Amino acid sequence: MRLLHWTDMASQQDRRTLVVAGNGMVGHKLLEILVERGATAEWDLVTFCEERRPAYDRVGLSSFFSGTSADELSMVAEGFFDQLGLTVHLSDAVVSIDRAAGEVVSAQGRRVAYDALVLATGSYPFVPPIAGNDAPGCFVYRTIDDLEAIREYAAGCQTGAVVGGGLLGLEAANALRNLGLTTHVVEFADRLMPVQVDDGGGSVLRRRIEDLGVAVHTGMATTEILADEAGHVAGMRFKEGDDLPVGMVVFSAGIRPRDQLARDAGLAIGERGGVVVDEACRTSDPRIFAVGECALYAGRIFGLVSPGYQMARVAADRILGGEATFTGADMSTKLKLMGIDVASFGDAFATGEGCEAITYRDPVANVYKRLVLGPPDRRGDRAVAGGILVGDATVYQTLLQMCRGDMPTPRHPEELIFPASSGSATPAVGVGALSPAAMVCSCNNVDKGTICAAVAAGCDNVGAIKKITKAGTGCGGCVPLVTDIMRDEQRKAGIVVLNTLCEHFAYSRQELFDIVRVSRITSFSEVLTAHGTGEGCEICKPAVASMLASLANGHILDGEQAALQDTNDHFLANLQRDGTYSVVPRVPGGEITPDQLIALGEVAKEFSLYTKITGGQRIDLFGARVDQLPHIWRKLIDAGMESGHAYGKALRTVKSCVGQTWCRYGVQDSTALAIDLELRYRGLRAPHKLKGAVSGCTRECAEAQGKDFGVIATERGWNVYVGGNGGMRPRHAELLAADLDREAVFRYLDRFLMFYVRTADRLERTSVWLDKLDGGIEYLRRVVIDDVLGICAELEADMARHVETYECEWKAVVDNPERMERFRTFVNSDEPDPNVVFVTERGQPRPAYFHEKPDPALLAIGAKP
Amino acid sequence: MLVSKVWVDICPLDKLIPGRGVCALVGGLQVAVFRIAGEEIYAISNFDPFSGAFVLSRGIVGSRAERLKVASPIYKQSFDLVTGVCLDDATRSVRTFEVRVAGGMVQVASP
Repeated sequence: MRLLHWTDMASQQDRRTLVVAGNGMVGHKLLEILVERGATAEWDLVTFCEERRPAYDRVGLSSFFSGTSADELSMVAEGFFDQLGLTVHLSDAVVSIDRAAGEVVSAQGRRVAYDALVLATGSYPFVPPIAGNDAPGCFVYRTIDDLEAIREYAAGCQTGAVVGGGLLGLEAANALRNLGLTTHVVEFADRLMPVQVDDGGGSVLRRRIEDLGVAVHTGMATTEILADEAGHVAGMRFKEGDDLPVGMVVFSAGIRPRDQLARDAGLAIGERGGVVVDEACRTSDPRIFAVGECALYAGRIFGLVSPGYQMARVAADRILGGEATFTGADMSTKLKLMGIDVASFGDAFATGEGCEAITYRDPVANVYKRLVLGPPDRRGDRAVAGGILVGDATVYQTLLQMCRGDMPTPRHPEELIFPASSGSATPAVGVGALSPAAMVCSCNNVDKGTICAAVAAGCDNVGAIKKITKAGTGCGGCVPLVTDIMRDEQRKAGIVVLNTLCEHFAYSRQELFDIVRVSRITSFSEVLTAHGTGEGCEICKPAVASMLASLANGHILDGEQAALQDTNDHFLANLQRDGTYSVVPRVPGGEITPDQLIALGEVAKEFSLYTKITGGQRIDLFGARVDQLPHIWRKLIDAGMESGHAYGKALRTVKSCVGQTWCRYGVQDSTALAIDLELRYRGLRAPHKLKGAVSGCTRECAEAQGKDFGVIATERGWNVYVGGNGGMRPRHAELLAADLDREAVFRYLDRFLMFYVRTADRLERTSVWLDKLDGGIEYLRRVVIDDVLGICAELEADMARHVETYECEWKAVVDNPERMERFRTFVNSDEPDPNVVFVTERGQPRPAYFHEKPDPALLAIGAKP
Repeated sequence: MLVSKVWVDICPLDKLIPGRGVCALVGGLQVAVFRIAGEEIYAISNFDPFSGAFVLSRGIVGSRAERLKVASPIYKQSFDLVTGVCLDDATRSVRTFEVRVAGGMVQVASP
């Protein structure tokens, strides 16, 4: 029941009704535009949504598998459909149109009269007409419901295949891979992504995808889906080659416009499907419009969200009496598939007259770039006309702007795709060269001028710009460009972009690290006196302590260093919520002898410690008071154990699987390598904690791709991955180098780790650091493999010094009475802290909660009323 | 104040590391004692009102603007060493204690 204002009542008679069939991304965009333009003053907007969920982000669908919820994918602003003049019918679709009566009929029997009708019915996945394509275990990849069904079924499968190696097919393959399946991609054409890339790009893409463990089969026509006795998918048969056993099949062989509704209503339909529309997005019935993937303009279906939004904008304008036109759209795309950059823009295949292509291919780094140049002008210069980028698409935005004519093409455009030779930087073509009219966000029609205006009006972060201009809120592909424009504008306006450590130092961590390293400063007070102000704080003190430790490796409790450490580092243990500490001895590679296990058990029993296995293949002992710590460690050290640095921003563990020593599938001795790596890097202080892992085969049981550095055995050696992590924002590591021998593994990891230690921000994990590193993994390769900065010898020497000077911090404490002195609860008494109280749960101690303490009044001591 | 103060010996000054704190028991209360430099010493309660644990003596000492403070090692709120007021939430504070150095010995006034 809606309440109407009297003004609305007065105009009741004049109100008109617009029906929108379909609430996908494009259908919803149309509603948003109409609402924004005030259409609801005159129009009732009624939309039918076949799915039980209203519009959601289908472009970001795959993130559903990496933890994004259906709610987070929603594109519908809270309360949107509660607005006056808006109605949505969920789980209901328009099934017929009575054009003579001007009415639609829905599946649930609703009849709605319309003054205008917009078809936004989208598309459906094409499933090739082959035998067995409907067996249980066959899926398509289109809706959240599809993804939920895939996830459920995949739980019982080992292997899966995707039919179709296009854009969506590779998305689907990545999803299967992330679900833990051995994944195959079967493509009928002779290369992957045949619509967007050429043979050269396709082969680079293929190698990169194969490196991720996905099997690629191109030039293969699937003829039948094989079933087991129960009728479930068991394999695939091809026109050529052997059968492929798989547990499930996802069809992603292209889309087809959903035009049945229009067909039945007698509207004009294209020869190969699609509702024919003119440049007003009108169908053959002037009261009916069609937008998005169901619409056919000039013989083409536009299967991207950005042209869909453009059509929505045109249709909305026409409905409101405007004159906007749709005359085709730029099908340029840039995307990240399985972490691989792929971009295709303009005349990518150089079909235009007089066009020439320049290609660059680096088979080592696995990068392919093709630049298409238009015909020469009077002066002999050629403008960028299109291109293909695989593996490194950093120049995409620049090239795209040149291609659109928003930015002049430089004299030697080929320099844009060739890597900068050492010594000379990439030609400086900054965002400053972009014209104000240049389109930045094509999803939401935002040009550079709009963004500059937002910055001038005071927006000083990307979030604010997104909110004000809507740029970057569609596919998100332009966010880096938006960021660059913002920085450039701020720089021009004289705004200094600060990245300082804290109020005491006007330097970033990296700058301060360089100062400390170059000036050979060895104490915090020297750094503070020479380069800072005030007394320091809990941010800069541990940060500087970490730098000093990375560079010098003295004992962290010696001299002035002691005052800089966070409590965990100060007491060489992990503080828990009740003020007690936990203790984690090192268990290199997760390998532990029965005697060490017994020793750990005895210590835990003697000191009544709560015992738990950690995720890093170690054993954590909880509930130790400060004064107990040295006594605990005396016993552990006597049993041959050493500090595990769980308290430090330092190397934690190098996890391993059992490898070829025991495992039927292992191809290398992963445990031995993990132990050697852990012993090499133990105690290394870094901007944040560091974790590693080594897997003995591609099954990856040690989860090496979820670590800061991971090594995976291959038949030919070791693949090294860097920049992964679990935790709050899980990220897969990226392949740094493949098929290395042991020595090269150590060499590259030495360099990688020291480079990270030198250049990362405070509390910046390798993943974030790598994401922010200009040029990403490619640049990292150039630094640590090709040594373009000429610092590798230095990095290796730094690491050698670390390895040489390492000592167990706890052994150095228990062997030294003076250091032992620090480990007291009370400086003037040997009493234990009366406020540390334990209760027993599941046979072990745990800290008492407030209400469980014998005398809660104790807690009030010290607190002012 | 009619009652004269009782100064309780804590420890020799040279046992305190500049820039660090220790905890002392004074009349059954836990007192966090911090040495900034030289004979500049402050004492506040060891109780962290945000976590309910007695840990402030184990925090990192520093400054914010001109004020000396310690950051709780549990959730990192900062407390003014002179007034005991929490700098991140002025509604919370801890009590302060008088402290002095006499004859090379650190002493806290017993409440």
